[in-house]
Formats: sequence, structure tokens, C-alpha cells
Amino acid sequence: MEQTQYELNKGLAQMLKGGVIMDVTTPEQARIAQEAGACAVMALERIPADIRAAGGISRMSDPKMIKGIQEAVSIPVMAKCRIGHFVEAQVLEAIEIDYIDESEVLTPADDIYHIDKTKFKVPFVCGSRDLGEALRRIAEGASMIRTKGEPGTGDVVQAVRHIRKINSQIRKVTTLSEDELFEEAKTLQVPYDLLLYVHKNGKLPVVNFAAGGVATPADAALMMQLGAEGVFVGSGIFKSGDPAKRAAAIVQAVTNYTDAKLIAELSEDLGEAMVGINENEIKLIMEERGQ
Amino acid sequence: MKIGVLAVQGAFIEHKKIIEDLGAECAEIRQKKDLEDIDGIILPGGESTVQGKLLRQLDMFDTIRSKILEGLPVLATCAGLILLAKDIDSGEKSHLGTLPVTVRRNAYGRQLGSFKATGDVGKIADFPEVFIRAPYITETSEDVSVLATVDSKIVGVRYKNQIGLAFHPEMTQDYRIHEEFLRLIS
Repeated sequence: MEQTQYELNKGLAQMLKGGVIMDVTTPEQARIAQEAGACAVMALERIPADIRAAGGISRMSDPKMIKGIQEAVSIPVMAKCRIGHFVEAQVLEAIEIDYIDESEVLTPADDIYHIDKTKFKVPFVCGSRDLGEALRRIAEGASMIRTKGEPGTGDVVQAVRHIRKINSQIRKVTTLSEDELFEEAKTLQVPYDLLLYVHKNGKLPVVNFAAGGVATPADAALMMQLGAEGVFVGSGIFKSGDPAKRAAAIVQAVTNYTDAKLIAELSEDLGEAMVGINENEIKLIMEERGQ
Repeated sequence: MKIGVLAVQGAFIEHKKIIEDLGAECAEIRQKKDLEDIDGIILPGGESTVQGKLLRQLDMFDTIRSKILEGLPVLATCAGLILLAKDIDSGEKSHLGTLPVTVRRNAYGRQLGSFKATGDVGKIADFPEVFIRAPYITETSEDVSVLATVDSKIVGVRYKNQIGLAFHPEMTQDYRIHEEFLRLIS
């Protein structure tokens, strides 16, 4: 990928900031998401909660289904490919997807290598649990990062853990002297130049969203106050009682994430939230996929 | 001088940084009360459907619209241009509608159609223009001046107190357009 394209791809992520990206499985859901104020949608066959329930192997969605969603909305459309499955990524690029999520939600296709994302023109977002994972994905060509969280659980604890960890590691890196960065780069297993960027700027070189387990307006605002630049909501919307209302409430909560009075109003009468499942009750820990 | 930057969604921090680097005060506009005592407003890039919806939900729509019609200087980039435009050529509902032009959303296609160009913007020569899922302008009324074109498509206009650009000056290190905007206000 040439430098100009990478700048444009990081730029699209910048345009998504302060917004909510919603998982959708049908054109109808995509329209509901757009109408509720989603800044992009993630097209996938099954939302993470159902992937978790179904078990088995989870793969890239049917391109026809993705195209149906591309036709239904005017906002950017993202789709997931399996970790390391560069042919699924080639297919998604061929249908002109706006962003590819190389995602641990799907079953990994490669247990060692991630996709060499620098070979693509289309942008990639990847999950990370800490600064090391984030910078390794960026070195591979990711132009946007999100926390992994634990998808499909409705439990925000892992996303909180990941955003806190990454931000605390960034703060630490800014306090190191430049010669200490060489050792830190080895410890984190990341390229020195990316670590130097973090040291100088106190932030990642790309946009960082929260993802995994966000189910309520307060969850979304929590992630924003902890430093996320926007929020992915997966199962939390279409597994709830009133998806359209909950989606719109989460969008407004992300914009005004420090206004507790407004978030209180937004949280009223949203119907049932997704029931969710606790991390101690699940066998499959998706966050451990692809490090 | 205090510039407001609409901060409901999108790339508003980038504008804020430039305005502050240029020595002016910059306020993030998230609610109606933030609109008091600003001398100019920036409508940033992002998703116009989201921004248009939040403007209405957060009860800022009428206030911003009447302030612009009363002469509040406005710099609008990409999604901001779509918010200002009187008409959208797909027939979807327009937003503030204070700028007498017709825009085409996602006029260059999806992200793979995003590109960089260099061109003159009014009197500013060789400005780096970043287009991200950008619109262009298909029609203007006679009293609108065209500031910039790419491949004979209109990508920048000025009409009275309103500047509308299809590209993102806030994504470059070139501050000339923001400087010009501040000069316009003072």
C-alpha cells in the first residue's frame, strides 16, 4: 500500500470518530442502524452472540448479503474476515468494502500470521488488548484499532480492561527516555519507530475505538470517558428489546459522553437490554485469538 | 475571537488544533448552549446523516441555521458541505440548506475511490486536497463563486459568509484556508 492510500485510510477512520459502528445482518437492520445515527455498519451473517451460541467454524459472510447491505445504506460498510485469511480479505476488497475488520470474532484461519495488510488498498481495523498488539497490527498495515473486549457477551469488563491497559501503557511510554525505548520495543515486541511515535505524541498513530460487550448508553459513555474515540456495538443492539431506540440513545450518549443528565434521560425506557453472559460462564475466549 | 467547531461526530479535533495553533479560541459545539457568543463556526467532516440527525435531536438545528442566515461566517468541509447544501441530488432530505448548491454524496464512490489532489482554492495556490468518500457540487446558483475544481467538478465554493469544501484542509499541515477563514471574520 502506498503512503498516500494509507493516509486516506487513516483519514476515513478519523471521519468515523465520535460515532457508533453497528453490527447488522440484513439490509433492514442496516437501514435501522443508519436511521438511528450509526456512522458505519458492520455487515455480518450472524452477530457475535449468535456465533458464540452456534459454535462451529465462523467465516466471512456471503458477498451477496454484504452487497445487499451496501445498496441499502449510504454510510460506510465494513465486513469481517478471519485472522490471517488474506483471500477472504481479497474478496472483500473486490466488492469494494469500505473497511475490513480482521476479526477474532470469526474462527482464525492462521494461528501464527495476521494478514499483511500493507499489500491491500482497502483499509483494515484490528482488535487489540494492549499496546503491543495494537502496534504490531499497525506495523502490519492496520489503519484503525479497536479494543477486542469479549464479543457477544454484553459484558463490558474486557473492553474496559483493554482500553485501560493500552492507555496506561501509552502513558508509561511517554515517560521513558529515548534510550529506554529500545528495550521497551523489545519487551512489547513492536517496531521502534512506532513506539517512538507513541512516546512523542502520547497516542496511537491511528484512531482507537472501543468494542466488545457494549450494551447500554452508559457503557458507551464509559468507554468514551476512558479514552475511546468511538464505539462499535455488536450484539448489544439487535439482541435488545427495542433496537432502534437503543441504537439512537447510544449514538447520542457517545456525542455527549460527559453529560450525565442527558445520559440519564437517554437510558429511560429502552426496553430490555441483551441478557448477556459473564466471562466465567463462557468456554470460548475470543480475545485470546491473534496476538 | 472565538470559533465554534461542531463536535457532534467526526473529525472536529483536527480543526480545533489548527484554529488554536493560529492563536484563536476554539469551542466544541455539542449542545445549544455552546452556540452563544461564537464569531464563526466550522462544520467538520464525518458522516452527514449522523451529524444532521444529531443537530436536530440536540435541538441545535434552527439556531445554527438562523445564525448562518444572519451572517455568521461558516467553514464547512466534506460532510459539513452536505449539511449546508440546499439540495442533495439523490433526492434525500437536505439539512441546513443555507448554501444554494446541489451536492452529490459519495460522488467518487466508496473508500477505494478516495484520493489526494493539488489545486488552487480561490487565491490560494497549490493547496493539498484530501478527498475521503467525498461529495462534489453538481449545480450552483449564479451568485455562488467557485473556489476550486478537480477534473472540472466543483469541489469548493463561497457564497456570502459561507465557504463549502468537498475536501479536508484539516487533514493537512497547510493552514492557509483556516487563516483565510479567520481573516474573513476579523
